[in-house]
Amino acid sequence: MRKTVIPFGPQHPVLPEPIHLKLTLVDERVVEAIPNLGYVHRGLERLADVRDFHQMIQVVERVCGICSMIHAHCYCMGIEELMAVEVPPRAQFLRVIWSEVHRIQSHLLWLGLFADSFGFESLFMQFWRIREKIMDISESTTGNRVIVSVNVIGGVRRDLSAEQTRWLLTELDWVEEQIQRLQTTMMEDYTVKKRTVGKGVLTAQQAYELGAVGPVARGSGLSQDTRQTSYAAYGELYFEPVVETEGDCYARSKVRFREALASVDLIRRALDKLPAGEVRAKVKSLKPPKGETVMRVEQPRGELLYYFKGSGEKNLDRLRIRTPTFANIPPLLAMLPGVYLSDVPVVTLSIDPCISCTER
Amino acid sequence: MREEITPVRPADLIGEVAKLKIQGYRLVTLSCTEIDANCIDVLYHFDKDLGLKHLRLTAMKAEPVPSISPVYFAALLIENEIQDFFGLKFQGLVVDFQGMLYLEEEALKTPFCKFSIQTAEKTSAPSIAHAEPAEPPAAAMPGEPAPGEMDS
Repeated sequence: MRKTVIPFGPQHPVLPEPIHLKLTLVDERVVEAIPNLGYVHRGLERLADVRDFHQMIQVVERVCGICSMIHAHCYCMGIEELMAVEVPPRAQFLRVIWSEVHRIQSHLLWLGLFADSFGFESLFMQFWRIREKIMDISESTTGNRVIVSVNVIGGVRRDLSAEQTRWLLTELDWVEEQIQRLQTTMMEDYTVKKRTVGKGVLTAQQAYELGAVGPVARGSGLSQDTRQTSYAAYGELYFEPVVETEGDCYARSKVRFREALASVDLIRRALDKLPAGEVRAKVKSLKPPKGETVMRVEQPRGELLYYFKGSGEKNLDRLRIRTPTFANIPPLLAMLPGVYLSDVPVVTLSIDPCISCTER
Repeated sequence: MREEITPVRPADLIGEVAKLKIQGYRLVTLSCTEIDANCIDVLYHFDKDLGLKHLRLTAMKAEPVPSISPVYFAALLIENEIQDFFGLKFQGLVVDFQGMLYLEEEALKTPFCKFSIQTAEKTSAPSIAHAEPAEPPAAAMPGEPAPGEMDS
């Protein structure tokens, strides 16, 4: 059989971000895929040498535009642990609320892009129409649509008024209803199923051995979600991971669809239980972070890990960021062999790749 | 660190990592920190049932350390990244980008080191070297007992 090697990316119509896969094909089927990174590497971890630990919040928020809030959340949790700061309970709940708002907008963004990847443009527009409401919620409650910048060491810089809470609940009802209206199309439509069912299968064993995280792992049947560690206020909210077992692109899209609805529920419960009190602890008199720790949170794309090492100076000795897409690239390399070249964009998109995150 | 860190020597690394895989641990990532002009700390983070376990390897910059990618394929990008940024060489990498995963051919210094070491001249072709594939041990799935646990 004759082998052909072709480059997929770094510029490709279906992926706005630059990832390069060197695909080896036999006829129309992929037999091997090798990734190539380095097109948007910015060296953000290295900035910890020149920016102090407070300024680094703004830096980590820019690791990724889609989940900026969750990056800052993870970073602040790590610094708070090293400085032994107790975050007020209200701030913990607010962090959960904004994290889940981010998760909904990220999943809606992905569901739209995924529909677009197999040419279903009207579905793409419907998902993005709903997403606009989520962006409005972000803007109204934090002041910004994308980089919401609410986290500070010791809590959050904004609070929700009673009026905002009531408004938020009404908006969430609308969002939930609109997402549910798309359920039949996303789950039952012939075109969607034809392009996703049985494509890019990753078994549970492969997912576990290759270190898959987030919806990629849960779409293969692994009940693995960092929110189960009960960080922030997740321990006080009833929470169960969304799991599907087929391991294909369809399963991964079902996980994200159901997670968007689950996040609406989580926000409602957090608003219901939102305790009164301060939203920010005083940290000015405390010494800079000293020691080392690891912090993990659940991003829309999966587990995010930060490693911190400080020596009591205002600059950290080391800040290491392991993003979920970075962890999901080896599973992608296992999904691609056997796939038709025409399905490569759909399978690649099914891991929800964020190259900006991956390369930092 | 909340969890315990187990120090490990380069010679024992593969054995320890293979043991963890058999026990059903998932590789989360590796974190690398420069200690001084000669030494580098590599932390290996593993997870099982949402609990973390760490191994700490203190390596000399000039001496290659064994790659765990034949055991955990997921380590290949992480080890290549460390190779790029810290100049630490990994022996037996399943896919070796030879210091060019992120960096270009002309970048000969290690950008994440305060005490930067000049790496040997990079070879542009072939940029990717495949090592001989080895049969890794199978991992126990979450909830399943590890082979050793079943015996006892």
